[in-house]
Amino acid sequence: MRRDTLAQILAARAEKRPVVLATNLLSGEERVIDPASADPRDPLGDAAMAAARDDKGRIVETGAGEVFLNVFNPPLRMLVVGAVHIAQPLAEMAAIAGFDVTIVDPRRAFATAARFPDVALRHDWPDDGVADFAPDHRTAIVTLTHDPKLDDAALQGALSSDCFYIGCLGSKKTHAARLERLHRAGFEAAALDRIHGPVGLAIGAKSPAEIAISILAEIVCRLRGGAL
Amino acid sequence: MGETARENHDRVLEQAAEWQRAGEGVALATVVETWGSAPRPVGSQLAVRADGAFIGSVSGGCIEGAVVVEAQDIIESGAPRLLEFGVSNSQAWEVGLACGGRIRVFVERVG
Repeated sequence: MRRDTLAQILAARAEKRPVVLATNLLSGEERVIDPASADPRDPLGDAAMAAARDDKGRIVETGAGEVFLNVFNPPLRMLVVGAVHIAQPLAEMAAIAGFDVTIVDPRRAFATAARFPDVALRHDWPDDGVADFAPDHRTAIVTLTHDPKLDDAALQGALSSDCFYIGCLGSKKTHAARLERLHRAGFEAAALDRIHGPVGLAIGAKSPAEIAISILAEIVCRLRGGAL
Repeated sequence: MGETARENHDRVLEQAAEWQRAGEGVALATVVETWGSAPRPVGSQLAVRADGAFIGSVSGGCIEGAVVVEAQDIIESGAPRLLEFGVSNSQAWEVGLACGGRIRVFVERVG
């Protein structure tokens, strides 16, 4: 790998831009492809876009031999609504699992740097917060406040995005009431099926850390197409 | 929580660049293809410094030793190599993957 290629990948990573590196496995010849704006005449453009979308590298056969496409996507993102107790272990564990975590909570006493060191905090209302965050297919959204004023606003934004996971803390009863409100707000049953509630895998979690594990496990299952 | 927890997973290229800036010879190994129950997915990387220090992984620890030795050679020669490892594939260095998987690893010099 040439020095300038390495610098290009690191610059893209610092700016959280996706790039695909194409390397000829015979010669070592390489070039960086921007999957967001690949040249339509580029013979590797479509494959690079598909690799970036699937978050999965692949080998492409070309006239010059095998070319490996390695994907350097920005980190997965997680938006946590509610800077509550469970958010603390969840933010830490999610970061270890490779997520770029942002917490949104307009209640400034909750969302403090002292309680959430090294986590991006936003203090806007969750509807603005979600819209501004621009969730995409590599984003997970978890609501933890179980206050309809905060959670519902975030959920409307989440359901209008193509985020890969939506989970809501709250009992079955709380969740049923939530679905009813969202239905009245115009969301169809098929859309509401995207919501995981009560949030997390049923592992009998009790403590905030255990609940965080169950949530993160459910997110990974959704991300990787696990069997649960 | 600082960067340390993530360091081994995400900072392979950053480390390779730092070593190189410090004037060290560096090679990069990348998993380019897997079959069966390979321990690390395609795209996983290992950076190797000329003295054998490394960061990252291309397997569950089964073949890193062999890859590091190859990488040190490649830091010298500059010629990239495509290595294949498998449980039934007896390479000269006789390492294999106990899990029964097979992988191909591309090793190249950086810089």
